[in-house]
Amino acid sequence: MSRIDSRLELLAQQGRKALIPYIVAGDPLTEVTVPTMHAMVHAGADIIELGVPFSDPMAEGPVIQLAHERALAHKVSLRSVLAMVKEFRLQDQETPVVLMGYANPVEVMGYQPFAQQASDAGVDGVLIVDLPPEEGSELNAKLQQVGIHMIFLIAPTTTVDRARSICDVASGYLYYVSLKGVTGAGHLDVSSVQDKLADIRGLTELPICVGFGIRDAMSAKRIASLADGAVVGSVLVDKMAQLVKSGSMSHDEIASHVAAIIADMRQAMDRP
Amino acid sequence: MSSSEQQSIDFAALPDSRGHFGPYGGRFVSETLMYALDELQEAYSKLSQDAAFQAEFDQDLAHYVGRPSPLYFAERWSRELGGAQIYLKREDLNHTGAHKVNNTIGQALLAKYMGKKRIIAETGAGQHGVASATVAARMGLECVVFMGAEDIQRQALNVYRMKLLGAEVVSVTSGSRTLKDAMNEAMRDWVTNVDNTYYIIGTVAGPHPYPQLVRDFQSVIGREARRQCLDQVGRLPDALVACVGGGSNAIGLFYPFLADEKVKMYGVEAAGYGLDSGQHAAPLNAGRAGVLHGNRTYLMEDDDGQIIPTHSVSAGLDYPGVGPEHAWLKDVGRVAYPAVTDEQALAAFRELTLVEGIMPALESSHALAYTRDLAAKMSPKEVIVVNLSGRGDKDIHTVADIDGITLS
Repeated sequence: MSRIDSRLELLAQQGRKALIPYIVAGDPLTEVTVPTMHAMVHAGADIIELGVPFSDPMAEGPVIQLAHERALAHKVSLRSVLAMVKEFRLQDQETPVVLMGYANPVEVMGYQPFAQQASDAGVDGVLIVDLPPEEGSELNAKLQQVGIHMIFLIAPTTTVDRARSICDVASGYLYYVSLKGVTGAGHLDVSSVQDKLADIRGLTELPICVGFGIRDAMSAKRIASLADGAVVGSVLVDKMAQLVKSGSMSHDEIASHVAAIIADMRQAMDRP
Repeated sequence: MSSSEQQSIDFAALPDSRGHFGPYGGRFVSETLMYALDELQEAYSKLSQDAAFQAEFDQDLAHYVGRPSPLYFAERWSRELGGAQIYLKREDLNHTGAHKVNNTIGQALLAKYMGKKRIIAETGAGQHGVASATVAARMGLECVVFMGAEDIQRQALNVYRMKLLGAEVVSVTSGSRTLKDAMNEAMRDWVTNVDNTYYIIGTVAGPHPYPQLVRDFQSVIGREARRQCLDQVGRLPDALVACVGGGSNAIGLFYPFLADEKVKMYGVEAAGYGLDSGQHAAPLNAGRAGVLHGNRTYLMEDDDGQIIPTHSVSAGLDYPGVGPEHAWLKDVGRVAYPAVTDEQALAAFRELTLVEGIMPALESSHALAYTRDLAAKMSPKEVIVVNLSGRGDKDIHTVADIDGITLS
């Protein structure tokens, strides 16, 4: 059984929800990523989504756009992201890692080599923002062969018919985009999320995790009460950027500040 | 590819129902936009068959744009070059000064029929932004134009034109601060305001159905040129030449001729400082396949799949991708895609201005530069039609800068 499946199953048995932090690999400094991943796990993260830097991150708000730019300034490529996952796996065999990014770096590496190298590195899931099911079937087949889940998005604009066809090809979990907008947007509407999740629940047994617009312990808790997991990204990325800007801080100190945000959310989500 | 193989291709049958031209095109966008694209596709397939919609489009092209644009015989230039007879398709005489308005008229009508009250557009040189702001002003639609901060600096005149036309111009400071980043930002706006907003893409790129519908709206260029050539010359041309950035003016000219096997076609890319310099905007010549802005096509990219900066003296060609239909037409061998440098384009700009009294846009000057060499190799009995896609007034500052002259 894949790490994603067993983790989500365990959480379901415990009646707990998945906390899924997202950071961009190589941001704000290349060496910070792996220590931060470990620190977030210790603070209660269940699955880690690792952003793969891309020159044209079309779905991202300003905070995560800048993170992609910083990582690219450090020459972080898809290959270096895979190396980071490999390094993370030296100490952590349990925590699922999902790569989140855009199609072109994967296109250039080639679907087959990417699937193989991702599997070798210890990647558990892949979410390509600009590969909807219509264009993603070829990559999905290659990933399935190596036991990696392809995670698909469902949006507020997704019709029930489309959602059904997405559920048919998705595995691992579904990522519900909580709002019409980019990452880090500020207009999360919990009741509309609730309605939409009810529709999707009728179509699939897959766990549903919700992201975009979750910025603090309170919103994480509210979303977690409706979904199987909450994805949190911009608030972490922004924190790391500010810490680096504010002066000389060690990698471990940066990691521990990020972990503190995670711990806060964990606590809120686990509280009845 | 041999001509017998080409014969078997039904050019009118593409793209397929999911927007593919062979391996290119498609719909590579985030899930939130899939509904909007389905909605657009549905509206377009209905309206493109609708007589009232087509009549309104034709009426606007005739009375607002001023079509048909002339097919002008450049007699003196042809004689000086001593080769083929050169005819210029005068898209520079359109309202707003370029071919871009053919498309914005069509898409603004789509927006109206779809009940969208707000339009957004990306722009590089500002021509598509001006053409969008123009139709928005006429139709009373709110208009927001995204433009890279670098381009805003370089194209102050067009920025002011857009503002006079009532558009809001948003300066894009992310990434390389140019056209590709403006397109990213327009996509981000669209994803946020998808309910009330229509996104007018300015070229034959982007997710399906944009490459198809922009081609269809621009094909008026080729349909007119075909008819005019038959009337004025008595037969079809031997060759067509157009510049290719995203490629909308080129596909507009080429498309109605694709089944005419004997008509050769040349889409001219921007070689910037030279293809060997790495500083150019010629993905069909020196790029490779990838995915950007919603479609699979040839791109300027590095070994890690990151999009790399481009250079062309012409802001309208300064884009790292190209329309997916061009990618496919290259692969099947129906169209040749040469490239000319900044220097060659500037020389052609000066030459046409002096010899014919027509000041071409720097984009179109790339097509003219290639035509110069092509015509000289052809016989005076042969005919070339060149798409003079825009006028050069907007480029006077650029040319003056290169001459070391400061205009106030």
